[in-house]
Amino acid sequence: MARAGLAPSTVELAPTEAPAARWRPPGYWPFVVPALVVVVGVIVFPWAFTLWMSLHEWKVGADPAFVGLSNYARLPTDPRFLDAVWQTLVYTALSVVLPLILGTLAACVFHARFPLRGFLRGVFILPMMATPVAIALVWTMMFHPQLGVLNYLLSLIGIPPQLWVFHPATVIPSLVLVETWQWTPLVMLIVLGGLAALPTEPYESAQIDGASLWQVFRHITLPLVAPFLFVAAMIRMIDAVKSFDIIFAITQGGPGTASETINIYLYSVAFAYYDVGYGSAIAVVFFLLIIALAAALLVVRKRTQGSVE
Amino acid sequence: MTWSGRVNWRWLLKQAALLFAVLVIVSPVILFFVWMLSLSVKYEIDNAAYPPVLIPERFAWKNYLDVLESNRFSTYFLNSLLVTGTATGLALLVGVPAGYGIARMKAAKAAVVILVARITPGLSYLIPLFLLFQWLGLLGTLWPQIIIHLVVTVPIVIWIMIGYFETTPLELEEAAVIDGASRWQVFRYVALPIAKPGIAVAMILAVIFSWNNFVFGIVLAGRETRTLPVAVYNMISFDQLSWGPLAAAALIVTLPVLVLTVFAQRQIVAGLTAGAVKGG
Repeated sequence: MARAGLAPSTVELAPTEAPAARWRPPGYWPFVVPALVVVVGVIVFPWAFTLWMSLHEWKVGADPAFVGLSNYARLPTDPRFLDAVWQTLVYTALSVVLPLILGTLAACVFHARFPLRGFLRGVFILPMMATPVAIALVWTMMFHPQLGVLNYLLSLIGIPPQLWVFHPATVIPSLVLVETWQWTPLVMLIVLGGLAALPTEPYESAQIDGASLWQVFRHITLPLVAPFLFVAAMIRMIDAVKSFDIIFAITQGGPGTASETINIYLYSVAFAYYDVGYGSAIAVVFFLLIIALAAALLVVRKRTQGSVE
Repeated sequence: MTWSGRVNWRWLLKQAALLFAVLVIVSPVILFFVWMLSLSVKYEIDNAAYPPVLIPERFAWKNYLDVLESNRFSTYFLNSLLVTGTATGLALLVGVPAGYGIARMKAAKAAVVILVARITPGLSYLIPLFLLFQWLGLLGTLWPQIIIHLVVTVPIVIWIMIGYFETTPLELEEAAVIDGASRWQVFRYVALPIAKPGIAVAMILAVIFSWNNFVFGIVLAGRETRTLPVAVYNMISFDQLSWGPLAAAALIVTLPVLVLTVFAQRQIVAGLTAGAVKGG
């Protein structure tokens, strides 16, 4: 009965609700729906589930028990977590600054015309596209204190052999070396895009005024590519904070926990100790930390916007 | 005469300085891969020599044969192919229309989800999805890895396709609509053919990042379902201690990506800088 009553009314409604000119087809939603299902399933659901788990005491195999915020309360009292935060910040700062400087220099060179430029640019970006585990494996061999080629190269210029990733004091700088080697090309590509978009007039007048190479770079190029540098710094920061493959494959956070970043510690908590409740809390705080760092970069950008010019 | 001679001399000096700078910049990359190749073709005795040997007297081609002939290699290669192929194929299937829809609805704000996904650490997908796969009883098959690789491939495809469809001209599509084509027909016969270069960029990047992925595999892969990066990692930690075969395996795993990078350099650069500049 209800059905019979409904049917005519919808038929009646259709024309009144959508007069000829106003009628719009279902739009582009059908194009988006399949992707939406996938994104909700593999991206949004994990976010929500992680939040839920972070409020529970849950070891894999046992039943979850609601504990409120106590997983979060545990974080500031966990020395291993605090060390990991510090090591992450050091690792990230170095892995942003060094590729940024070297990548900008490389972009200035690649901006010039020279033979084989296209091919060499292709070669230059190989490190960031190559499989990180394969790269890490070869770097591990190169870092080897007795048989590694790096100590041999150092000996050629009279520097005593180093322990590289095998000593707590040098492990993070050594990993940053790999990260810099890997990701300088990305900064180079972004800055190169910026250089290609530069106007030529300021350079012509600078040349007429007899400005030095450094003056041109400092007062014309740098302010003009600043937006691109900022984008590069942002991307580099996000990727460096999350760096996993290189660290895990080369040191697994060692020696001891000297190179254990938040991401590596998170892995241990979740998949070595199977403490998924606490692990989820770390994941949430980790995510918030990345957002905070991104916001800090935005503030720095706003502050320096006037002063660079 | 003397004046033009001086200019030429300065030009030459500048040119030489430029070439020297180029050499300094690319040499860490070239030396690294040359050394990787060298490690992979040396016998143990040459790899342990001091001072190091760059080109050995006897080449250890058997390092490569050892890797290729080991009974599991073909399994792992097939696993990598299946995971990357399926995850990329599915991502294109749902991601290309989605990029089109979002671009035409001018709903780029919807892509904020993609940005947040880009920021989120991979491990925070791994914990919930691992538990889900365990609960569904899927562990031990390739499906968990195929599904979780969508976390990598789908955002790349959607992001690049939004950017691409925003730049393709609307006139042709409008003309097709006037001729009575449906939205689907406009997409299928007008927008899609024009978008082929964009799809190529999205596909290449999705393939590379999926092929390279390591973190999902170390948790989700069992002995029979390892992809190549995970297999190489396991070689380091358990089976293999001699450097030659290890370096050979590393080179075999990453060779497809290196070749793709050199040949599809233009697409990769376009995709990365587009994604980067917009994605920041």
